[in-house]
Amino acid sequence: MEVLRVHQKQERDPTVANRFRGGVHPDDSKHTSKQAISGLQPAERLILSLSQHIGAPSRPEVSVGDRVLKYQPIASPGGFVSMALHAPTSGTVKAIEPAPHPSGRLVTAIIIEPDGLDEALDLTDKADPGLARSPENWKETIRDSGIVGMGGAAFPTHVKLSPPEDKPIDMIVANGVECEPYLTADHRLMLESPDEILGGLFLAMEIVGAKKAVVAIEANKPDAAEVMRKADLPEGVTVKVLPVMYPQGAEKQLIQALTGREVPTGGLPMDVGVVVQNVGTLAAMNQAVKEGRPMVERVMTISGPLPNGPGNYRVSIGTPLSHVVEQTGGLKGPAARLINGGPMMGQALAGLDSPVTKGTSGLLAFGPGELRTLRQRACIRCGSCISVCPASLLPHTLGSMVEFQLFDQLREFNITDCIECGSCAFVCPADRNMVQFIRQGKAELLALAGK
Amino acid sequence: MIMSTVLAPSPHVRSSVTIETAMYGVIIALLPGALVGAYYFGLNALKVMTISILACLAFEAMVLKIRGMDMSPLKDGSAVLTGLLLAMNLPSNIPWWMIVMGAIVAIGIGKQVYGGLGYNPFNPALVARVFLLISFPVAMTSWPVPKPLSFSLDTITGATPLGAMKTSLMMEGNVGAAANMNLVDPLIGNMGGSLGEIGALALALGGIYLLVRKIITWHIPVSFLATVFGMTGIYWLINPELYAPPTFHLVTGGLMLGAFFMATDYVTSPVTGKGMVIFGIGCGVLTVFIRLFGGYPEGVSFAILLMNAATPIIDRYTRPRVFGYPTRKEARA
Repeated sequence: MEVLRVHQKQERDPTVANRFRGGVHPDDSKHTSKQAISGLQPAERLILSLSQHIGAPSRPEVSVGDRVLKYQPIASPGGFVSMALHAPTSGTVKAIEPAPHPSGRLVTAIIIEPDGLDEALDLTDKADPGLARSPENWKETIRDSGIVGMGGAAFPTHVKLSPPEDKPIDMIVANGVECEPYLTADHRLMLESPDEILGGLFLAMEIVGAKKAVVAIEANKPDAAEVMRKADLPEGVTVKVLPVMYPQGAEKQLIQALTGREVPTGGLPMDVGVVVQNVGTLAAMNQAVKEGRPMVERVMTISGPLPNGPGNYRVSIGTPLSHVVEQTGGLKGPAARLINGGPMMGQALAGLDSPVTKGTSGLLAFGPGELRTLRQRACIRCGSCISVCPASLLPHTLGSMVEFQLFDQLREFNITDCIECGSCAFVCPADRNMVQFIRQGKAELLALAGK
Repeated sequence: MIMSTVLAPSPHVRSSVTIETAMYGVIIALLPGALVGAYYFGLNALKVMTISILACLAFEAMVLKIRGMDMSPLKDGSAVLTGLLLAMNLPSNIPWWMIVMGAIVAIGIGKQVYGGLGYNPFNPALVARVFLLISFPVAMTSWPVPKPLSFSLDTITGATPLGAMKTSLMMEGNVGAAANMNLVDPLIGNMGGSLGEIGALALALGGIYLLVRKIITWHIPVSFLATVFGMTGIYWLINPELYAPPTFHLVTGGLMLGAFFMATDYVTSPVTGKGMVIFGIGCGVLTVFIRLFGGYPEGVSFAILLMNAATPIIDRYTRPRVFGYPTRKEARA
């Protein structure tokens, strides 16, 4: 502990407030933080979407009728910013066709019918349990294992671990903030698998050559911070407990809170010498390198007032959400709102046909009347949205500009710097759908640029 | 499973604060001041408040009907608040029809003509007050002398302390006795004036309630009051014969009402803290200049309306630096 404190002293710049700009305090509703991660019965049909990450769609490497083994690659990256895909269990490829996707659109997916044998590919030659190979080799393994950011955005991890030479990285951040209300998947993972996370953190430090790393945890998870601190921390790694504030888990805000550095507009964390990885992603990296296991499952939270079995579950990628809900005891009644992810940034779902993807951090279900009915009215210029905006934008101005179709002025008011965290809409007394306005405005700008 | 889910945009959870929270919060905060008015001006004060609130609601309903809109804005509390604020700005013996005219101006010209709540550039209650002041200067400046718990509708009129001071300056060439009066009376409300002009203490109490409930921030009231106190203090130090003490300026006239309840109107004041401070200082400077050198004894209403007009330009020049952009210092380097 003494060593830890010394590290923290070096870490902290005393002139920097340990805080990011703006932010809000939604009720954190972490009802499932005591529920240990448990498994589910496998589904009868898996939908492995070729677009479940940021970047180019994956390219299928199997044909209809093929028998596939667990961990077998079934799709390869369709570009540098893309992702490989693996069979979560053994079975037959039934179809490669447009299938339900959390976005609400139909997206091409590989449909696998499991045979129940769960016969796996031999991973011994892929595994590097003693970490004898080179960091460059690990990075290739991470890429070939189909690892993407599990915090929600699903950005391919190997891209983050490949900063250009003119951008040296001095710090890796293990993001265990989990600032979205309800979600507890990362919290449980930190409690149950701290060594997996720290193993992945060590790999990330070696790959980019960073000497320091911080495990960032919010103060509402003191047990997780305690477990991480007691774990075998690699040299240069400190655990930092941050005051609870949404959206602290957003990369740029987390870097600001930890280091005071601001990622320049349009830039990436690597521009200020930092790489941020979600704790789940780090654990997946550790499994990929040491055991050769590609990413075929993830931990997700089922919560909200409606599910009969709220908790944290390890589920195969591609499992239909309806199966997850049935296996966890179903819902107490008809759902009025289904949310893929957390309540602040998650997406409303029309139903449960779509599958679990690599970015699915949770599924929330609310019944009628359990979310406040909104009545959108004119902006009364109270200024609340400005004081909570972590990007220091004028959300009320952007909203009104989109409402009155003044699209050409949006760029001047920095609409592209919005991270869509929803803090503005959360506090708005006029119930304005600010995030919706801003998304529409961004789309209009793209359309204008395309003309 | 049968479901009819809503595909609403994120965020799916919202804070419980709504327009109603703010409007009814301000109304609650005004109650101590209104009670002081009722205590000193009796039934007349209650009459003015009732007529003003009902007239504002009636005209709001009428305009909404003409505009073909639903009646839900009637419930948001803004028309009631405008009515109450207007009443607080009127003398208790004003004829009923003047109040009704004020309500028409406040709701019609002050608010609905721009599109309703959120779109009005000027504080509706102040637009009405200034309209009445200019149109009916005699009725708007004959202030009843306070008479605690009076149920009589007859009143004797007299001057406000600020009015008395102005008269004394013109007749005697000095601020006279009024300016150096015992401050207890204006603090508790025992002076001539409009319903909400008296009782500085009760009004400040309401203001503190607004601050505690975070309905308003400190920026506007503090910068407004501090500017008035500081500027009048400097003049008083230079020549106490010609200028009243700053404490006198702080507790008389509509300053407390203006600083806590009128200048802080969301719609018509700047949106950033920095902008609000500039706005508050502007209100203070204009108030002091009108009080010390203008033709009217009191300048809070004019000051706030003038600064309302300056709000768009203040907002324009106080935009916060966006995350990830160079600071002004960095940009220069």
